[in-house]
Amino acid sequence: MRAALAVLLVLLLGSAARAERLIVSVSNHRVTVTPNYSGEELVLFGSVEKDTATPAGRKTYDLVVTVMGPRADMVTRRKERVFGIWINTDYRQFLQVPSYLALFANRSFEAITSPEIARRQQVGLNNVLLTQRVSGDYADVVPNDAFRSGFIRLRTQRGLYREDPSAVTFLTPTLFRTGIPLPAEVPIGTYEVEIKLFADGAFIGKTETAFEIVKVGFEQFVATTARQNGLIYGLVTAAMALMTGWMASIVFRKD
Amino acid sequence: MQLYLPIADLPVNVFLVLAMGAAVGFVSGMFGIGGGFLMTPLLIFIGITPAVAVASVASHIAASSFSGALAYWRRRAIDPALASVLLCGGVTGTALGVWTFTQLRALGQLDLMIALSYVVLLTTVGSVMFSEGLRALMRTRRGAVPPRRTHNWIHGLPLKMRFKRSKIYLSVIPVVIVGIVIGFIGAIMGIGGGFILVPIMIYLLRVPTSTVIGTSMVLTLVTMLFATLLHAVTNHLVDAVLALILMVGGVTGAQFGARAGQKIRGEQLRLLLGLLILSVGVRFAIELVIRPEDLFTIREMGVSG
Repeated sequence: MRAALAVLLVLLLGSAARAERLIVSVSNHRVTVTPNYSGEELVLFGSVEKDTATPAGRKTYDLVVTVMGPRADMVTRRKERVFGIWINTDYRQFLQVPSYLALFANRSFEAITSPEIARRQQVGLNNVLLTQRVSGDYADVVPNDAFRSGFIRLRTQRGLYREDPSAVTFLTPTLFRTGIPLPAEVPIGTYEVEIKLFADGAFIGKTETAFEIVKVGFEQFVATTARQNGLIYGLVTAAMALMTGWMASIVFRKD
Repeated sequence: MQLYLPIADLPVNVFLVLAMGAAVGFVSGMFGIGGGFLMTPLLIFIGITPAVAVASVASHIAASSFSGALAYWRRRAIDPALASVLLCGGVTGTALGVWTFTQLRALGQLDLMIALSYVVLLTTVGSVMFSEGLRALMRTRRGAVPPRRTHNWIHGLPLKMRFKRSKIYLSVIPVVIVGIVIGFIGAIMGIGGGFILVPIMIYLLRVPTSTVIGTSMVLTLVTMLFATLLHAVTNHLVDAVLALILMVGGVTGAQFGARAGQKIRGEQLRLLLGLLILSVGVRFAIELVIRPEDLFTIREMGVSG
């Protein structure tokens, strides 16, 4: 009986806390990457809708936008000096981590919420869950782990991981926008966007949306064929080599 | 003009790659070699991963050796019997090489092995060729006659066979072994192996110079075609767009290189080639010894979803 009451109470509080509604939309739900594509920026618009349950005193909101690209397994290797040369010695496997990851906010993550909530809501690159396989165990590790920080650093250098605590701008106290930069070598697939709303340091709700990145054109056709029909692809490449060689011997025939 | 390479996953300047193909083609035409040992490192230096470079260069070498082989075939400078025995070994060696390539890639040691093989092979072959060229040059200066060729232990091996066009009587064992070795290192390192094969055939197997280059080109052609096919099927790493640009540049450059090569004396040519091979080997050695900019590397295991 007491337990049931407790559940009821939590439910009531939960619905009370969900007094704001988030309405969002991205400028383009389907991005096509053509051969001369050199990066693009999507725009995410949204507004915070208040209703009667909203506390009257609540004026300002904080937002954290998380964009996650298609997930993949990745191996991070570390080089060490062995007998005077640098070779790969140790490695860690990152399981089903996002191939693209971007975190945007309207002010610094520390100012938005407490470290405890930030960790639970995965706010900031240091708090996003990146599962590793460490000798049979599956776990995320401390943010300053050498492999984890090496991994994030390399992805950031390629523009695939980023965090920008000033990317979200409030046009009015409830209307906001943010740009989502997509680099030239953006992975194709479905991208999930999570928008988390905070007020006075507390997490008060979230919403989700998604967009898709597709590659079109000859290059994509080549890449797909190479992966799916390796034999035919190999035969065509070999035939192409023979043709080129033969053409050259005709064009440059000396006699 | 930027072009996106589908397999290498990288935008490159078409004219840069075309010029690289032409430059390597020029050198290969001049020395009568495939030029893979120059092309693969160049591609690695412009940022293409060693694995993709090795696999794509295979088809580039196939193209240039085919145009070469056709020319030698018309001049009847190919020994079909010798070529087929070499090919028995070559095809086996290539299959073994591609298999090893796949295993090393899974272990994360492929890049290291490619670099190490380049260091060992190129510095050895380069210094041997350079010193030999130097000695030959000294000899001609002094006006001495080159030492006469004698038979060696290889000619004592069993399973002898008569190779009519080359006018030699030779055991098939060393021929097959040479084929295996060339096929193996060719598949791993992305080289045709002509620069090792030709000296081996001349000095060890005593194949006459009239048929040696044409016959070695046939071996290069078939092993590289086979390597292209196997790399495409097992590792999906052959970049056809990259290969095509290289081929076009390569076959064009080779024609001018061949003309330039005829103007230079044989000993000087060998000296230059030795120096070139040696410097590529040293370049790889330096790369291995200095501390890399970043100790970490990431490899994606295929995107799902």
